[in-house]
Amino acid sequence: MTTAGIETTVKPPEPHGESDGNNWRKYFSFSTDHKVIGIQYLVTSFLFYLIGGLLAEGVRVELATPDPDFVDPQLYNGLFTVHATVMIFLWIVPGTAGFANYVIPLAIGAKDMAFPRLNAVGFWLIPPGGILLLSSFFVGAPGAGWTSYPPLSVVGDKAGQLLWILSVLVLGTSSILGAINFLSTILKMRIPDMELNDMPLFCWAMLAASALILVSTPVLAGALILLCFDLMAGTPFFNPMAGGDPVVYQHMFWFYSHPAVYIMILPVFGMISEIIPVHARKPIFGYQAIAYSSLAISFLGLIVWAHHMFTSGTPGWLRMFFMIATMAIAVPTGIKVFSWVATIWGGKLRLNSAMLFAIGFVSMFLVGGLSGVMLASVPFDIHVHDTYFIVAHLHYVLFGGSVFGIYAAVYHWFPKMTGRMMNEFWGKVHFFLTFFGFNLCFLPMHWLGLQGMPRRVAQYNPEFATVNMVCTVGSFILAISTLPFLFNAIWSWIAGPKASANPWRALTLEWQTSSPPPVENFIEEPVLWSGPYEYGIDTLSDRQSVDELLTEVKGEV
Amino acid sequence: MKIPNVITAMLAGIILTLASLWFGQNHGLMPVAASEEAPLVDDLFNAMMTIAAGLFILVQGALVISIIKFRKRPGDETDAFPVDGNLSLEIVWTAIPVVIVLGLSVYSFEVYNSMGGLDPMASHDHGPHQMAMTSGAAIAAPLPGMEDTMPPATEQKIALGVGASPENQGNPADLEVNVMGLQFAWIFTYPESGVVSGELHIPAGKEVQLNIAAQDVLHAFWVPQFRLKQDAIPARTTELRFKPKVPGDYPVVCAELCGAYHGAMQTRVVVETPEDFEAWLQTQIALQKDAASQTVAMNPGELSDGEFLTPFVRDMGIDSAALEQLHPPAHHEHHNS
Repeated sequence: MTTAGIETTVKPPEPHGESDGNNWRKYFSFSTDHKVIGIQYLVTSFLFYLIGGLLAEGVRVELATPDPDFVDPQLYNGLFTVHATVMIFLWIVPGTAGFANYVIPLAIGAKDMAFPRLNAVGFWLIPPGGILLLSSFFVGAPGAGWTSYPPLSVVGDKAGQLLWILSVLVLGTSSILGAINFLSTILKMRIPDMELNDMPLFCWAMLAASALILVSTPVLAGALILLCFDLMAGTPFFNPMAGGDPVVYQHMFWFYSHPAVYIMILPVFGMISEIIPVHARKPIFGYQAIAYSSLAISFLGLIVWAHHMFTSGTPGWLRMFFMIATMAIAVPTGIKVFSWVATIWGGKLRLNSAMLFAIGFVSMFLVGGLSGVMLASVPFDIHVHDTYFIVAHLHYVLFGGSVFGIYAAVYHWFPKMTGRMMNEFWGKVHFFLTFFGFNLCFLPMHWLGLQGMPRRVAQYNPEFATVNMVCTVGSFILAISTLPFLFNAIWSWIAGPKASANPWRALTLEWQTSSPPPVENFIEEPVLWSGPYEYGIDTLSDRQSVDELLTEVKGEV
Repeated sequence: MKIPNVITAMLAGIILTLASLWFGQNHGLMPVAASEEAPLVDDLFNAMMTIAAGLFILVQGALVISIIKFRKRPGDETDAFPVDGNLSLEIVWTAIPVVIVLGLSVYSFEVYNSMGGLDPMASHDHGPHQMAMTSGAAIAAPLPGMEDTMPPATEQKIALGVGASPENQGNPADLEVNVMGLQFAWIFTYPESGVVSGELHIPAGKEVQLNIAAQDVLHAFWVPQFRLKQDAIPARTTELRFKPKVPGDYPVVCAELCGAYHGAMQTRVVVETPEDFEAWLQTQIALQKDAASQTVAMNPGELSDGEFLTPFVRDMGIDSAALEQLHPPAHHEHHNS
């Protein structure tokens, strides 16, 4: 009832958050408002996404022909190294953190995050981290891959590698601060009526991802600090010629960097679980299975790291252990995929841009998941490890998965964040260009890897020339597909049609306040009058009164 | 209406199964299988492709059908019929993946064992070279300043990688070759005859053991047609043991990023009949008698990559395209300080 009251009071189009005039300056300030910080995260990470995309285009232009004729080979190694680092640490991780920042306090009925100042510190570590990383191009970009395996990483240019290490340390710290905040907020700041099992699934996913961040990121920091000593002070931690062991670095690195995949995909799983039921007008299928499978993935994600090392200095028994553990992750992941499909099945699908990207996510992530199970198998992985098959697989997981999911989330929560609707036509153009360009770019890479093309090369056998050209064309389409999104987002933010408090008629709490929400989110204490996904109650009238339903429907303008 | 639905579902199931089975066998994604182990990997891959194709068609099919059949009708603003779970269905789609991954794990284990991956001589890590411990040194640390990264040639030793298949365990391989990876070339040494070559020649139908080492940074020895790959790690010997089968000329690819010219670090492996192999070996022995000192007494650390590689380029038939990459116009002071 209270929520209904709020909705009627916010009918005037002036959203509370923007009533104080030219407040764009707050986005450049040390704001402690989680909504400002969320948007700061999102806009910053999207800018880095564009930079990372340009670096990727550099890589693809080089690979359009078999000869290394576009950039100097050392610079080429810098391009893909910084591309990967930007996309991971400056785009997907902070991008999903941006959504979590914006949505989670609202979705649990809180006024802000548990530690607002810490939250701001977490964000303000991102720009210096990014500038450090990109400035490495002025001193010789790090060229040892985002994995920075020694000895290669310690025998090249010291300055660029040092900047890379410092940047990742700064960004890792930011990630840890965010994780502490999400855990505390979700566990302690929910409105009193909301039990763990009433939480939106995004909260479960963020619990799982934050736990992973806290357990694994410090190990990466340890590895990088040791690497830094090796690089700058000549210590022999990983130097085999002086008694060190480079394989130890690989274990430490992947102890973070495999969980990093789940740190990047679990929040997106959560967002997809929010988006699909709303636009399918149907409850999520198997709430508890989806919630607990996030925790299962989080736990299993910690014991699979050595599947990145099946051809490294690893004994046979260890390869077998990590093979079986990795295969096991397919089970909770499969539960999620099947549950999403079952949610879509039998719905009344609103095929808007958010839903198209969400379905595209399920479809593309499936491909990455299937190739992931194959890669768990040691005999097969030995063949394709460090080839373009891996490049294809990881982009199906992180682009087809994470980035599609982030786009779905942008279209879904944009009205809440800005108080404006995005243009649906250009949203669909964006989706189809992205879907087509993505598959054209990355699907043929499976073949390349199986046939014998290793990754991280500036030159390759001429027999792969045609397919590489196809991939490069796909990457151009993918690059162009960003433009309709960019202009749509900017134009809609400035001049899009005003959004109501609840344009999608969603049931989670963030939609029960104005768009955008006022400074402390809710004018009155929100009341939990429905589960997060109880769609379809108009066809069953056992629990909710029709009145409540109608006032809820009235939220739509 | 009920009966046609059941029939449609059954038909769809049959078509899905047939399509997956067909695709699993006919995807044509793998290159020639040129070793005895390769068909084992290919059969495993085909099995996984069959399952993957089935799941792919099932899930994508459900999504496509949903988009067509369950899209919102114009003017219909109501919600869908609420179904928030189905325990038996959820148990089924938890149990089926469990069975699939258990099956794939057992199958992969069997394949890996038949390939020799669990050969006790190749599957226990004893750390970087087992050396006497100096007091105060870390456990299993090699002696500092150890120069000899070439693996010793003759005695039985333990190295990580893929070893002898179970029926050959304990027996020495027919031919051992020491493989050294360095920026940006492979050097193959035949310890029995002392032949040093930039190309790998091996006899078809014989057990071959490669003792793989690296001189500077990590490399990875990969022959796609053998489906075998193993990192070359400084100060640690790894091994690959296999039986080449189909005579031919295949690429040896470096698969671990090793510097600016990583992509140029390629040579070839020639699988030939035992007679041809013997003839090649004799020619090499004769050649090497003439120029014995050229490639051995050299300290690569003092030379730039280009200088270091020149003799190999001259003697070992590295092709002109690769040569071009090994002589970059500038910037090669960047790598390997």
